[in-house]
Amino acid sequence: MSEKKEIFSSKLIKFINEWRDKPGNLIMILHQVQSELGYVSRESADKVAEMIDVPLAKIYGVLTFYHFFKMTKPGDNNIQVCLGTACYLKGGESLVDEILSQLGIGIGDITKDGKFSLEAVRCIGCCGLAPVMTIGGEVFGKVTKKQIPGILSKYL
Amino acid sequence: MINLKINGIPVEVEEGTTVLNAASKVGVKIPTLCYHPDLTPFASCGMCICKQEGNKKIIRACSTPVSEGLSVITNDAELFQVRKTILEMTLSTHPSSCLTCVRNGKCELQSIAAEFGIREIPFELNVPVIEKDISSPSIVLDPEKCIKCGRCVQVCQDLQGVYALEFASRGDQTTMSPAYSLKLNDTPCVKCGQCIVHCPVGAIYEKDQTAELRAAILDPTMQVVVQMAPSVRVGISEEFDLPVGTVSTGKLYSALRALGCDKVFDTNFGADLTIMEEGSELVHRLTTKGSVLPQFTSCCPAWVDYTEKYYPELKDNLSSAKSPMMMQGAITKTYYANKAKIDPSSIYSVAIMPCTAKKYEIIRNDSMKSSGYNDVDLVLTVRELSGLLKSQGINLVSMPEEEADSPIGEYTGAGTIFGNTGGVMEAAVRTAYHLVTGEELEEVEITAVRGLGKVRKGEVDFKGTKVRVAIVHGLANAKEVCEEVLAAKKAGKSAPYDFIEVMACRGGCIAGGGQPYGTTDETRAKRIEGLYTDDKNSKWRKSHDNPSIQMLYSEFLDAPLSHKAHELLHTTYETKKLYTK
Repeated sequence: MSEKKEIFSSKLIKFINEWRDKPGNLIMILHQVQSELGYVSRESADKVAEMIDVPLAKIYGVLTFYHFFKMTKPGDNNIQVCLGTACYLKGGESLVDEILSQLGIGIGDITKDGKFSLEAVRCIGCCGLAPVMTIGGEVFGKVTKKQIPGILSKYL
Repeated sequence: MINLKINGIPVEVEEGTTVLNAASKVGVKIPTLCYHPDLTPFASCGMCICKQEGNKKIIRACSTPVSEGLSVITNDAELFQVRKTILEMTLSTHPSSCLTCVRNGKCELQSIAAEFGIREIPFELNVPVIEKDISSPSIVLDPEKCIKCGRCVQVCQDLQGVYALEFASRGDQTTMSPAYSLKLNDTPCVKCGQCIVHCPVGAIYEKDQTAELRAAILDPTMQVVVQMAPSVRVGISEEFDLPVGTVSTGKLYSALRALGCDKVFDTNFGADLTIMEEGSELVHRLTTKGSVLPQFTSCCPAWVDYTEKYYPELKDNLSSAKSPMMMQGAITKTYYANKAKIDPSSIYSVAIMPCTAKKYEIIRNDSMKSSGYNDVDLVLTVRELSGLLKSQGINLVSMPEEEADSPIGEYTGAGTIFGNTGGVMEAAVRTAYHLVTGEELEEVEITAVRGLGKVRKGEVDFKGTKVRVAIVHGLANAKEVCEEVLAAKKAGKSAPYDFIEVMACRGGCIAGGGQPYGTTDETRAKRIEGLYTDDKNSKWRKSHDNPSIQMLYSEFLDAPLSHKAHELLHTTYETKKLYTK
């Protein structure tokens, strides 16, 4: 039998083994998987299931319950638009519309070239800057529709 | 003991009792929807909310344990209104196709909506459009009808340990679904059908194959030969409003004939045959050095599927003997066909079963065609049969008592108790004792291992040879025993048991996934009682005493475990993936 290509780093495997029998292990491990690989693929979920002896269905339940977890590969630059209460009231949705017209992607989509993906998030903790969006971790506050093309161009 | 008041009525109950059960003790009914006595209260629906005197906190009766001095108000105008709103909201997302629903007349949501007198739904209808999952040979998932009570997930995970279903997503997007929205047939589902019998509505049901039986009956070139499983004779009674536990063997034979079946045989005969083979196999394993022990029973197809998927390392521990249904099928299309001078290709072999996994078992592998044809062509559940009988105007209650056809319809009490937890073991011991000692067991009732305990262990003395047995029902409980056996195996030690009976469903086949809805431990106990009574009233109580079995061996099979017996009555197992996609 041929060995499957190892998808987890040795660091990640060590982390999983350390958390194997601790309470609350599943969420900690899935966090770590996502932080290393950018998302939790089916392949990763299968591997976690096997390593810590948790049914795949349980993992799927957790992955789909928390918006935080991504099950599809994000783009090189993941755009998060906040649609929490403050941002929503300040026009967060218009940012989503503008990104759709600029990049042709809606929430949960990825551009064909894999450069951008878009997701909606609930409050990233800086409501004073509403409406807020982030790209690859960089925060943009008080964003207007007009600023979008300029912001996106920085990542092209 | 705890003292409390329900609507002012004093009641004394044991500590840990829920408010719901305390209320029921004094005859006060608190409405419920998601609650099921088999399951840990999940408290998802909110129908059972109650008020407490002197405390503003609203409680859920199903999940709140009683406390000293508690005074519960189970109903007032406000509680009624809240409950009614919950129902109206549930109905606003539920299809109103009741008339054509599999649960029409047997739906818990329909009943409670009727009780509350709901005549209109004040909310905007928001009924989802979701495709049915018909991938499984046994079970249909119809998520449009799901009311998100969570019972199926709880049953699948907690009672069965299978984890085919899980809550996916959250809020109003929540679904009860296999992982990754896979089709059920690509998941670890073992087709036990416990999700079906616990679903309050028509969101999960068996694959309806009644039309196939009708077509075969109407086909003049086919001889329809039917067999009925041990537990069917008790289960069917409830479908016709007879008292729970009533044994309706003779009436069912005549009902099947009235339906148009040409020959009516009994799976109990197959069960006697299974004991001859499985018991002989056990004795062979016990007396042959280097044999794989313990021997697990193999008559439950959901358990076999579970072993192949979850514990393939133990597949050689499974008895190679086929289930009674498959043995009966193989003998029908060989021995019977030969004796009756019928071409087996013109026999349509039907099995009435308490089980949905049996629909899958008939196509499990090539050894299910040992006669050269499908040994069993069709499996119908108790519910399907009862529907079919009713549609043809056949009322079981008024049918005459008749006998099964010969020569493969005669059975012993050992065959009949195959339908309940502990029964296969007890039946096997009655015959294995004879095989080991050459003598007859005087006291055939092995009451020490009867009952509804999750895992029951014991020791049987075969005149100096101690045989250690365990009985498991409810698949989740099998994990404990499998791990124990596996640990011994890994450590190179001898196993802690010699013979283990496993039935996937709690209580055994009498509470299988194909039995009437609404099964609780109370009905389980009564159905089991019915089978033990049938055993007690039997002319023969040991499988090897069945004259038809003796004749089958002398005329056709030669001896248990003979070459011919192996060809027709034994099977093999394989390692299966949990997920095929």
